[in-house]
Amino acid sequence: MSDVVVVGGGIVGAACAYYAAGAGLAVTVVDRGPAGAGTTSRGEGNILVSDKAPGPELTLALWSRQLWHQIGADLGDEPLELERKGGLVVAATESAMASLTGFARDQQEAGVDTVPVPAGALHEHEPHLAPDLAGGVLYGQDLQVQPVAAAAALLAGARARGAQVRTGVEAVGLVRDARGGVTGLVTDHGTVPTGAVVNATGTWGGVLSERLGCAVPVLPRRGFILVTEPLPRVVRHKVYSADYVDNVASSDAGLETSTVVEGTKGGTVLVGASRERVGYDDAFSPEVVRRLAAQATRIFPFLARVRVIRTYHGFRPYCPDHRPVIGPDPRVPGVFHACGHEGAGIGLAPATGRLLADLLSGAEPGVDPAPYSPGRFLEVARG
Amino acid sequence: MAEPTFLFDGEPTPYAEGQSVGAALTAAGIRSWRTTRVGGRPRGLFCGIGICFDCLVTVDGRPNERACLVRVANGMRVTTQEGTGHGDLEV
Amino acid sequence: MATSRSEHDAVVVGAGPAGLAAVDQLVRAGATVALLDAGHGPGGQFWRQPASGAPAPAGLHHDLGTYSRLVAALGRDGVRYLPQQHVWTVTAEGHGFTVHAVDRSGAEEVPVEVHGRRLVLATGAYDRQVPFPGWDLPGVMTAGGVQALLKAHGVAAGRRVVVAGTGPFLLPVAAGLVAGGADVVSVLEASPRGRWLREAPVVLRNAGKLGEAAGYLRTLAAHRVPVRTGWTVARADGGDALTSVTVARLDRSGHRVAGAERVVEADTLAVGWGFTPQVELAVGVGCRTRVDADGSVVCEVDEYQRTSVPGVYVAGEACGVGGAALALVEGQIAGAAAGRAPVPRRTSRRRAALRRFAAAVHRAHPVPDAWMDALDDDTLLCRCEEVPVGRVRAAVQASAVADARTAKLLARPGMGWCQGRVCGYATSCLTARWSGAPYDPTGLARRPVASPVTFDTLASG
Repeated sequence: MSDVVVVGGGIVGAACAYYAAGAGLAVTVVDRGPAGAGTTSRGEGNILVSDKAPGPELTLALWSRQLWHQIGADLGDEPLELERKGGLVVAATESAMASLTGFARDQQEAGVDTVPVPAGALHEHEPHLAPDLAGGVLYGQDLQVQPVAAAAALLAGARARGAQVRTGVEAVGLVRDARGGVTGLVTDHGTVPTGAVVNATGTWGGVLSERLGCAVPVLPRRGFILVTEPLPRVVRHKVYSADYVDNVASSDAGLETSTVVEGTKGGTVLVGASRERVGYDDAFSPEVVRRLAAQATRIFPFLARVRVIRTYHGFRPYCPDHRPVIGPDPRVPGVFHACGHEGAGIGLAPATGRLLADLLSGAEPGVDPAPYSPGRFLEVARG
Repeated sequence: MAEPTFLFDGEPTPYAEGQSVGAALTAAGIRSWRTTRVGGRPRGLFCGIGICFDCLVTVDGRPNERACLVRVANGMRVTTQEGTGHGDLEV
Repeated sequence: MATSRSEHDAVVVGAGPAGLAAVDQLVRAGATVALLDAGHGPGGQFWRQPASGAPAPAGLHHDLGTYSRLVAALGRDGVRYLPQQHVWTVTAEGHGFTVHAVDRSGAEEVPVEVHGRRLVLATGAYDRQVPFPGWDLPGVMTAGGVQALLKAHGVAAGRRVVVAGTGPFLLPVAAGLVAGGADVVSVLEASPRGRWLREAPVVLRNAGKLGEAAGYLRTLAAHRVPVRTGWTVARADGGDALTSVTVARLDRSGHRVAGAERVVEADTLAVGWGFTPQVELAVGVGCRTRVDADGSVVCEVDEYQRTSVPGVYVAGEACGVGGAALALVEGQIAGAAAGRAPVPRRTSRRRAALRRFAAAVHRAHPVPDAWMDALDDDTLLCRCEEVPVGRVRAAVQASAVADARTAKLLARPGMGWCQGRVCGYATSCLTARWSGAPYDPTGLARRPVASPVTFDTLASG
């Protein structure tokens, strides 16, 4: 008998298992594929506060980055490939610089460390930047992990705390008692007895929530990343253009691209980011790749002659209000959600897992859980 | 007319018309022309048909050309490559 | 940089036997065709021509009459032959397909897009490799690479050569080296002789193939080159380049016989374990794949070489390794089908017979497990990223990984320049062995960028 079954062995499910097991609960993780093979394996591993406006998501992000530091201290930075690299947001025009400066000022008041960088000083931080940019803001708190390695490390940590991890097991539905409470999770490999089920299935959170009889609106938003040939260290920070912030916050179904460039320990440079709502269309898109390449070369002209050796793409779990869904579902006692993190799942995973563990074990939550509650969609539906 | 040559690390090296850089170097008894970026290991031709990227070399200043595919031209400058071939970009 | 665009009834990728045969049939059917190929001239790996432009020496090549006839078809009206095109992706667009390539015929690469209503992919294969200690030393080469040096450039890869691996391809490579003046120390065929006897019924129906092999064996015997069956390469040694090869005897189950090892001085080792088909373009455009009898990921095709994607045909090694004769027949079928012409029953029957022969070759030449026993922890698994075997094993065991893709994401084998083309098979085999999960190479078959391409080129597309 498990106290809780976490469905999904990606970064969020791994963090839920890690903290729930740490709270003394008997945890089982099931994943329909290999652990960490979904959206976790399709991103850059960003842990960002820089792209978030003051509000519930930033609150969660600030807490989560502290928890990432703690995880680094507990499990070691090396297995996670945790890099305290910081972010540099650059503006190409004076008007973009003015908006960025205002945005950073609001963030500073909300607890984010921001350092304005005038145009003339950009090259001290990033020598390869184009010479004609208007300026930027440095965010020392931004971090990066290698996401699949980080998920594997958290799952290993959960196992060390007694959790069981079962891959190749797909959740099908619930067993419920006369009062409607959860008594088991039905899978394609039999039923797992449990009093609580956590939906940590990322982009597939919408589909699973329907199977569990408590639908939450999580939709795929596709993104592409270009990977360069191996290079020496050419980019020190995560560098992105100020329009990235607008794209993250938008709900446009059409293609949106902005420039995100960062190095990795492996030597490749990763170039993003695109957003489009095209369902689960898995086809390569030359147009997206063309725009990403053109925009990245605008910020970093040296890339023009560098070769791309691979691209990858994935589907961010997108919620219409851009807030993750974390907490108990009011419709089915025993079902908890931990999904819908869009492009911030790696960064927000520890806070999500910790908050969920607090809610499961009845401890005082580290942040007010109300803004992330699944109940908010019901209120909208009731009008 | 003098036999056509290309320069390998500054040394005039003969070649036959149409030969790849890799073939011409092999014919000249040269087995490796780059070192790897992690272990500094010597590498030369392996697959010989453009698949494996082991024979990367710098040609006329362009790094990471496949020696097995690039044809030699008279006076071409071929240089041993270290690591990524982009050391000049390091910050 | 301007991108040139043009429309055709069909686009064929690859100018080896399958691609050339497809073009020939398409032209006969009255179709307009574009043929894109990475090589300097037509022929692919099998009919690789001397780079000097001189006629090909007959000893190294087969069926040059067919080659000449097919190349002549490239000059017909309605055919555009585009050499030195490195195709990096294919996309479905409207009522057809766009082939995205980089034209490398000049000093600067130029982006090219070619559009066709139908698409024939004849992308061939390359030598399959497995790691062994010392395999990254200069002087260790693939058998196909050694053959290419000989055929195209008239260069013998070394002076004292050991040829090792498995499969009928080892024999022409060794015979070519002998003819090219090299001292072939020995040919090590890992399969025991008896395996061929089991396949005798199929083999005897393909007497031509038998005759070819006998010819190579006669050449090798005349030069006193020993051909040892049931032997393999165990390790390669040297400082900056290969100086010696340790060879080992295998038992009937494909494991090494303890103590049966010898050290052979050599400056070159040519090694091949069958072939790996190039399926990334087909996979990229959505074609369904399967795992073939030899463990390779190949495209699923029907009796007309049609894939699961309407309008896309695959011919030759990319739908199952079977050699040039089979590739030629499949190319004929794909070309006729794509040109809406009938496929003669005789051609279909010939394909079936050659497929049975290919299956017999796969059964007779499996990759024995001995290579997995011979690995040291510091043997490189991935040559590009210099990932040692021990690091991948540690990642698989520490994280309870059961699939090759996760092993790649955690430890980086297959993340470098070649994108796992060389180490993908070995990574799949080893992950299965260490985890106890079934062998499954499909997670590593996807390569959205089939050939590296600069940001400049991508941005101008």
